[in-house]
Amino acid sequence: MSETLILTKRWGKPGSATLDSYRADGGYRTLEKALSMDPGAIVEEVKRSNLRGRGGAGFATGLKWTFLPKDIRPRYLTVNADESEPGTFKDRYIIEHDPHMLIEGIAITAWALDIHLAYVYIRGEFAKQARILEKAIEEARAAGILGPSLLGKQGFDLDIHVHRGAGAYICGEESALLESLEGKKGYPRLKPPFPAVVGLWGKPTIINNVETIANIPWIVEHGGAAFAALGTGKSGGTRLFCVSGHVNRPGVYEKPVHYNLKQLIMEDCGGIVGGRKVKAVIPGGSSAPVLAAHEIDVSMEFDALKAAGTMAGSGGVIVFDESTCLVRALARICKFYAEESCGQCTPCREGTSWMEGVCERLEHGHAIAADVAKLEQLAGNIGGQTICALGDAAAMPVQSFVKKFRDEFLRHAEERRCPQGDHGWGLDQSSRAAVAGPVRY
Amino acid sequence: MTNASTAPVSGDLPREKVEKFDHELALIVKRYPPDRMAAAMLPALHLGQEIFGWCSPEVQRLCADRLGTSPARAEEVATFYVMYLTAPIGRHLVEICTNVSCCLSGGERLFEHLKAKLAVKNGGTTADGRITLREVECLGACGTAPAMLVDEEMHERLDLQQVDQIVGRLA
Repeated sequence: MSETLILTKRWGKPGSATLDSYRADGGYRTLEKALSMDPGAIVEEVKRSNLRGRGGAGFATGLKWTFLPKDIRPRYLTVNADESEPGTFKDRYIIEHDPHMLIEGIAITAWALDIHLAYVYIRGEFAKQARILEKAIEEARAAGILGPSLLGKQGFDLDIHVHRGAGAYICGEESALLESLEGKKGYPRLKPPFPAVVGLWGKPTIINNVETIANIPWIVEHGGAAFAALGTGKSGGTRLFCVSGHVNRPGVYEKPVHYNLKQLIMEDCGGIVGGRKVKAVIPGGSSAPVLAAHEIDVSMEFDALKAAGTMAGSGGVIVFDESTCLVRALARICKFYAEESCGQCTPCREGTSWMEGVCERLEHGHAIAADVAKLEQLAGNIGGQTICALGDAAAMPVQSFVKKFRDEFLRHAEERRCPQGDHGWGLDQSSRAAVAGPVRY
Repeated sequence: MTNASTAPVSGDLPREKVEKFDHELALIVKRYPPDRMAAAMLPALHLGQEIFGWCSPEVQRLCADRLGTSPARAEEVATFYVMYLTAPIGRHLVEICTNVSCCLSGGERLFEHLKAKLAVKNGGTTADGRITLREVECLGACGTAPAMLVDEEMHERLDLQQVDQIVGRLA
């Protein structure tokens, strides 16, 4: 049985980002179909599809849509293209290779939810992708797909705009994203109320990830049941898994949502560089608790990874081989959260820098064994104590790294140095090139 | 009565550049509902930085004025996001990702190499004013690591040789 590809099927085709190419492959016909359907029926199909948010939280998309209050207008749609979770690099390729699929998904969603203004919030560093998307939106507008009458549908107008961020991980958090879209610094809001009730400019707002929305045309075309059947349990469809780190063929892989993590690494990605062994894997972006080598024979479905004590998150798989010093890796991860903490909540603002400092001291031989316990204590004092999930995201890697690799942390303290020495961590490209096959895109 | 859009808040900013800014900003604000102009603060600062080189206090005040909001709002935004430059930099900005996936593929080595080669620290500018070098967080290029931005253009799958070539070409 050949694998069903929903999101990547047109990647790498010459001119795949153009309207002509998208239409030649049947593009925007599903929008036509959708416009002949009752909006409520589309929401039902999406609920039936078991589509779960691809941005990180894995919340049921159809259910989220039903949270919109019935009688408040206007409503807004915001597509989250902030893609800043370390290890995640999929939404950018959807935009680079198939921006019209995203636009069609936005248009169908807008019709289903009676929305007339949508924003794509894209991270500032994706200047090229923002240009590609703006060009595609312009093409769709010129062709009469967007604008005063959606694909010729009288009385239903839709505008889509691109809003570029300016370098802040926190703006991927949905309420910080709204603040940023309103022209402010990205301070997350207290929830509830959730954005579906009180969102952009105080109005009901649906926020979905790029990959989530890009699935909508396929679901409407083939039916929710067909999408659900591609997955398992309460998760339907395929998913883009981003693999980086010490594998021979890093890249984006579209696989059923419950694909096996070990198979992805050892077979699809061609195993580990230099034939070395896996030491640890982060399965869902740097916020997800790490898995030790013996734990990676696991389904990557949301609930399965939750049962394994970690999370599917954004689909960012980071692979560490046996030569990696995990204290050093954790120090770098902590530095990221310390840099990106918005500073609003004290436990996160202070705690993330502390954790970075303790990791650095361990790595450089200036810490004692009690500091390892201190690290866990610090993480425990952040998790659950903050307005948004960044605090938890910073605490989870620390707790899992120390719990699963405690000996390595303690050795750093006992020997007062990094046992791996100054290994100038990381590969040269040349060490991978010998075995790296063609990359998928 | 003075029309707000032509009020002389631009201070020492060159007149023709201010005109260019106003012209382009008029197109940007159309993306937002008419009563929500302040939402355009991020694109306005991007535009100001592009035209004037950096987000100086004058540029921040200009953005606030044109969007009908307070200078404090502009400053709050300009200082929160790392891409806004609140001090002048060299002619080119080179930013290397040293987050975990890039480091697993040698990102830190590239950064150390460039610091030594250009004789600058993180965030420093070369003596000839040619290049400002800094370390940045994840650029979303983990599968094609290591990555760097040169004047907002992304370069991926880098090695030392390529970095030397790319940086060497900067005038």
